[in-house]
Amino acid sequence: MSDNYEPSSALGKWFDKRLPLLTLFAGHVLPYPTPKNLNYWWTFGGILTFCLVAQIVTGLVLAMHYIADADQAFSSVEHIMRDVNYGWMLRYIHANGASMMFMAVYIHMARSLFYGSYKEPRELIWIIGVFIFLLMIATSFMGYVLPWGQMSFWAATVITNLFSAVPLVGESLTNWLWGGYAVGSPLLTRFFTLHYLLPFLIFALVILHVWALHVPGNNNPEGIDVIKGSQDTVPFHPHYVVKDIFALVVFLVIFAGFVFFVPNLLGHTDNYIQANPLQTPEHIVPEWYFLPFYAILRAVPDKLGGVILMVSSIAILAFLPWLDTSKVRSAKYRPLYKQFFWLFIADVILLGYLGSQTADGLFLIIARIATAYYFVHFLVLMPLLGFVEKTKPLPKSISEPVLSKEEREGQSTQSV
Amino acid sequence: MKKLIFNIIFAFLFLISSGYASEIHEPLHPEWSFKGPLGKFERASLQRGYQVYTEVCSGCHSMDLLSYRNLTEEGGPEFSKEQAKAMAAMFEVQDGPNGDGEMFMRPAILSDYFVSPWENKQQARVANGGAYPPDLSVIVKARAGGADYIYSLLIGYEDLPSDMKIDDGVYYNIYAKNQRIAMPQPLYEDGVEYTDGTAATPEQMAHDVTTFLTWAAEPKLEARKRIGFKVITYLIILSFLLYFTNRQIWKDSH
Repeated sequence: MSDNYEPSSALGKWFDKRLPLLTLFAGHVLPYPTPKNLNYWWTFGGILTFCLVAQIVTGLVLAMHYIADADQAFSSVEHIMRDVNYGWMLRYIHANGASMMFMAVYIHMARSLFYGSYKEPRELIWIIGVFIFLLMIATSFMGYVLPWGQMSFWAATVITNLFSAVPLVGESLTNWLWGGYAVGSPLLTRFFTLHYLLPFLIFALVILHVWALHVPGNNNPEGIDVIKGSQDTVPFHPHYVVKDIFALVVFLVIFAGFVFFVPNLLGHTDNYIQANPLQTPEHIVPEWYFLPFYAILRAVPDKLGGVILMVSSIAILAFLPWLDTSKVRSAKYRPLYKQFFWLFIADVILLGYLGSQTADGLFLIIARIATAYYFVHFLVLMPLLGFVEKTKPLPKSISEPVLSKEEREGQSTQSV
Repeated sequence: MKKLIFNIIFAFLFLISSGYASEIHEPLHPEWSFKGPLGKFERASLQRGYQVYTEVCSGCHSMDLLSYRNLTEEGGPEFSKEQAKAMAAMFEVQDGPNGDGEMFMRPAILSDYFVSPWENKQQARVANGGAYPPDLSVIVKARAGGADYIYSLLIGYEDLPSDMKIDDGVYYNIYAKNQRIAMPQPLYEDGVEYTDGTAATPEQMAHDVTTFLTWAAEPKLEARKRIGFKVITYLIILSFLLYFTNRQIWKDSH
């Protein structure tokens, strides 16, 4: 795509001959051929990259002022809020940024599910994405522990206790994780260390994610391959650079709305109470973005079983390219899958709601049904649909469904 | 089909959630000058609120995260430096060691943190029948319902219904969890004598002190909203420009 690229300036030529960074950049950004029919659901990759960088930059400054110690963490966060210049803004951007990033990643994943972006030849892009998601979960969870409020402490207690469900070595493993016999300073300092490290691993995976993407190129709403050298693609710059920035700025309006006007809406009030190991909060709830998985965890009466099911609910995503047996990518041409897609989304939202409620009575029964359906969707419906579904005829090319009837006729006479 | 499924789910959720309706009273919703996208604290109310805090609350509740210099800062009660110095000097703090290696007491200065009524948590517990009066620095952010809840709680004391029994050292408050609270009624008519002549009704005092506590929990609230308004205006204008740029770029591509 850019074999014949050559920098225009003398310095550029000198540099590129020795280290072809400019060629690399030019190949992946400037003329990178992109399907011209991508809709706004495709802008979330760029949005997520922005969020990641924003989290790293704000986090870097916060880390300069934060003290990872059980006695001082809470007041050091308040010191950031009160005494550090614009510390309140940095912290609110960072805390809400995690929520915004999860909102974006869920949309990004749902888009993949709807348009079949995980299918051949894009399996690796998807699997790397699942690993990014896993690292995001770990990073945000550890980040949530750092302010050392009541929810921080008890979330850390609940989640690290899950490791005690491991047969035989469970207890030793948990004590090893804690660095002692209870959740305290040793755990806090190691969480802080890892919370600082993991975003850079995410960043590395994002590079692989984009690299792998640029081999086959983007999927698109029609789910069909682009015809090389045709009218199907446009250069990434300026078409998608500007479109992505536009979408990003609209996203930032919502982001800023949270940061500046309801900065604590997505958090839990109990996290403004300093951690107290002697007092368990009435309801221990995770951040909103973990609620569906929390509901799955609690749906099983057995601790180990719950942990296995919760881990499976994420791990199963990695096998999706092979669980989905349909050759057709886009749900636009899969009338049955389209229905089940929305049903699945509704199921996840329902699980999220149930995760925020107490796990007893009717809630628990519904949570079990919803959990079962979650797995049925992947293990039964997805493989089955490929065989029983009668898909709609696919367009011949991306340009076809976009062109009007006359244009299409005109084009076909041209090609003859 | 899709719609039907959603309707069934939501009807169902509504049914189960209404079945679990709580017995807790919904807090009152008084007018707050700091609510809304451009809200600001009412300066006089913050100053009166500080007076209520020092004369009533601070007998039992600490505010560890605030220092006397905060009282002079922009967006807060904005007392003059002299006023704040005088207020600080009313408290004694331990300092030292001096040249002889002795700790000594001196009047507090602006850089000192609010002096706690207790030497330690245990002393506070013993003095309050086992219940620790929580630190008030971020109390408004630490309670569901925020300012509305704190305000309601402060004036929510009523006579115990005849069919209800309650332990010693626990008080009846309609806004508290299970209508029980370990804090005795703090605000009575003319409990403080306002220096600005405002009539000190319990509602007025509750309103003032809650305003003060909201500022204490969120001292940068005014700056946050002010900057936020500019940021959002800027982003919206930028998004319009980008929208038209984007249209221009794509106009020949379909």
